[in-house]
Amino acid sequence: MNAPDTAFIGKAVERREDARFLTGRGQYTDDISLPGQTHGVFLRSPHAHARIRSVDTSAAAQAPGVLAVFTGEHFRGVGGLPCGWQINNVTDGSPMKEPRHPVLADGKVRYVGDRVALVVAESVEQAKAAAALIEVDYEVLPAVVDAAEAAGAQAVVHDEAADNTCYTWAIGDGEGTAAAIQGAAHVTRLSFRNNRLIPNAIEPRAANASYNAASDEYTLYVANQNPHVERLLMCAFVLGIPEHKMRVVAPDVGGGFGSKIFLYGEETALVWASKQVGRPIKWTAERAEAFLADAHGRDHVTEAELAMDKDGKFLALRVHTTANLGAYLSTFSTAVPTILYATLLAGQYATPKIHCTVKAVFTNTAPVDAYRGAGRPEASYLIERIVETAAKEMKLDPAEIRRRNYIRSFPYATPVGLTYDTGDYEATLNRAIELADVKGFAARRAASEAKGLKRGLGYSAYIEACGIAPSSIAGALGARAGLFEAGEVRVHPTGKVTVFTGSHSHGQGHETTFAQVVADRLGIPMEDVSIEHGDTGKTLFGMGTYGSRSLAVGGTAIVKALDKVIAKGKKIAAHLMEAADTDVVFEGGQFKVAGTDKAVPFAQVSLTAYVPHNFPHDKLEPGLNENAFYDPSNFTYPAGTYVCEVEVDPATGVVHVERMTACDDFGNVINPMIVEGQVHGGLAQGIGQALLEHGVYDKESGQLLTGSFMDYAMPRADDLPSFTVETAKGTPCTHNPLGVKGCGEAGAIGAPAAVINAICDALGVQDVPMPASPFTVWKAARGQA
Amino acid sequence: MALLTLKVNGREVTRDVAPQTLLVEFIREHLRLTGTHVGCDTAQCGACTVHVDGRATKSCNMLALQAQGRELTTIEGLAAADGTLHPMQAAFRSAHGLQCGFCTPGMVMSAVDLVQHHDCSSEAKVRDGLQGNLCRCTGYHNIVKAVQQGAAAMK
Repeated sequence: MNAPDTAFIGKAVERREDARFLTGRGQYTDDISLPGQTHGVFLRSPHAHARIRSVDTSAAAQAPGVLAVFTGEHFRGVGGLPCGWQINNVTDGSPMKEPRHPVLADGKVRYVGDRVALVVAESVEQAKAAAALIEVDYEVLPAVVDAAEAAGAQAVVHDEAADNTCYTWAIGDGEGTAAAIQGAAHVTRLSFRNNRLIPNAIEPRAANASYNAASDEYTLYVANQNPHVERLLMCAFVLGIPEHKMRVVAPDVGGGFGSKIFLYGEETALVWASKQVGRPIKWTAERAEAFLADAHGRDHVTEAELAMDKDGKFLALRVHTTANLGAYLSTFSTAVPTILYATLLAGQYATPKIHCTVKAVFTNTAPVDAYRGAGRPEASYLIERIVETAAKEMKLDPAEIRRRNYIRSFPYATPVGLTYDTGDYEATLNRAIELADVKGFAARRAASEAKGLKRGLGYSAYIEACGIAPSSIAGALGARAGLFEAGEVRVHPTGKVTVFTGSHSHGQGHETTFAQVVADRLGIPMEDVSIEHGDTGKTLFGMGTYGSRSLAVGGTAIVKALDKVIAKGKKIAAHLMEAADTDVVFEGGQFKVAGTDKAVPFAQVSLTAYVPHNFPHDKLEPGLNENAFYDPSNFTYPAGTYVCEVEVDPATGVVHVERMTACDDFGNVINPMIVEGQVHGGLAQGIGQALLEHGVYDKESGQLLTGSFMDYAMPRADDLPSFTVETAKGTPCTHNPLGVKGCGEAGAIGAPAAVINAICDALGVQDVPMPASPFTVWKAARGQA
Repeated sequence: MALLTLKVNGREVTRDVAPQTLLVEFIREHLRLTGTHVGCDTAQCGACTVHVDGRATKSCNMLALQAQGRELTTIEGLAAADGTLHPMQAAFRSAHGLQCGFCTPGMVMSAVDLVQHHDCSSEAKVRDGLQGNLCRCTGYHNIVKAVQQGAAAMK
């Protein structure tokens, strides 16, 4: 009999979770209905900025089916929603302004969609009808929505930040950078905006909260990327519920992209209210609410200068960014335009001097926080736009200017605080050039021109810091949380294995990838392994999934637990085979005495661990169940080169992405099918940012003008081409045992600059703002800004 | 309230429904067939797509009572009785045409209709035919492949 093939790492194994998703058996939060459940509806502010003179809920409270109506005053006794990252001012080291972020608005509303009241009723319809009966007397105040206009605006979002500034922060060598720019042979300057995006996971946010008076315990089902973090923040910082009295379950979650990381007021209010009404309360956001009240992404205004010598060798990069944080500080908002942005400004290049200042401002808009890439797309866009522009100004080939500046020896300490462990940037550039058939571009351009069209080619060579993060570094930089991950490997007596991970899958396919790692390491079939996640009642702890960290951090925690299982298994096997512990090796699912034909299979060792008749009781406890916490020693640094080719109709401004080529170095790859799928999705969001998507507020009224799928241009199937995606053989991460780096955000980080570089190349202009809509491109083709 | 009788996934069902009940609410809340999803409130995302008399229909855009006497197929009724996946479901799996799975039921129901009633002879035509369904995860790359594979398998 042949041993079953248990080499799973590196194979495109079909996903195990697909069976339930394809047959309608997924269990998303809104699919869960609890006995006796009621329904919550939030009354939201119609104004961008207003003082609440009074709220009269008496008519609503008496409306049919209504159990309770809650407003801001009910939450005065609990904490505000916390911000997880403290940033200090560069001027005097003082901490950022951190105004209270109330569960429900109290005294003032600060953006359209701000939560004013929660109505709990027997049905959604009754709750909605009652919400319409709430009379709020608003004194409308001036509003400011644009980051560039926030400082000194007439509108003051929070009294404690009179100039609407949350912090002014800086990194790098200011004087050295200024001196290098002054003495440079050439300086390329660029100013631009990184457009506000609205995440729009197709599953809207949803929650179902209940309180059990018999056990004094709360249960929250919630569409969330990190249930333990949700529980910790809600219990310890806001509601004061003992953590062991609350269970948070994030079941199947229909996409997150960052927007489901954060602790929001909605689910917090539901948990608190569920005890008051004594019944479960369910709330599912309508899409209109998702547009108004999910945390948005990006929204930077930036000026950058790149100084170089006469040969195009970079000498210095100086950046000033104003970042829009919205009306309140969302959970990780403050880290995004600083720690996750400015630290990446070296990109793939050995630029010796870099300095970046960031002014973060409050505005009367939805809070802005991490959205796929979170800071790194903004950094990558900046670098790759200015490098490509510099190449044009220096009359150098865009690939050549990159070659002249690559970091080529590792580890490499950047001037902005990171140490890249490994990489080979020229390898992905060379391969991307082949895959994109750059050689054939001139002929394709001529063919386009013969049709009266313009064709352009653009590069983008991104790097990102993933696998966040070493807790000690994060802590030194202001993080108020650790960023490790936890895993548990529970071996059952029969040798079947249940793995509990603190990572959370909302599309990433952990049930497959993680099972591949476990089955491969233990030499057992994948069917013998199940992966559990998303439930604080099952998993010992977890920091969750964001920042492309699941496999690099969460996967490593599992590997460490597996190592402990194997180490204990060796001792048990040594006892069974009457050998020394040190002579036992584990390979192919068998514990063997090295150099002999003595072997016991994994399942016999597990059975012995639970039926310990013949067992080394003097040395070991029975059972085979191990857990591990893994805190990485460094970030991981995925990198790659993207090439975009566009055809532009100058008469209409319509841009067609003809080719989108991605060559990524993610280190080792466990499941190439899933990894490529992650890149595809990222590319679509990156192209969406470059061409289609824009969250727009009216400057006068502060109303969100892009509040539905009819106004906010989500990429659809016919907006995109098929992609050419290749994962490079790559440089394995040097500091985690799997050698993996993370692949979830790369596409969204690398794509926007490639697209805009291609459009600029096609039109022969220096800049085209994002999103490059037909009207914008049409104007650019005519030399109008 | 009014009495609604229709065939759902091959079985006749009768329920009392309020006149304003949307078909998708009827499917999800009354029948508890939660594979049909709601992703928007403007009939833009297509996550709620089901088959009404064999044609893809956004069930958020139709009242339950409009389905009186008609035949409804939801994602739960697409596979064979023995559990064998429909060729389009199988193609989505083998082509990795889904990630979070939320748009998937609607996407699969649209894809089946696309193959049965429309021209999907080229990638461009498939992309055109999928315009009514939003996916935020896959970038559509593998969905397009899946639809082409599924179309071949359905012949």
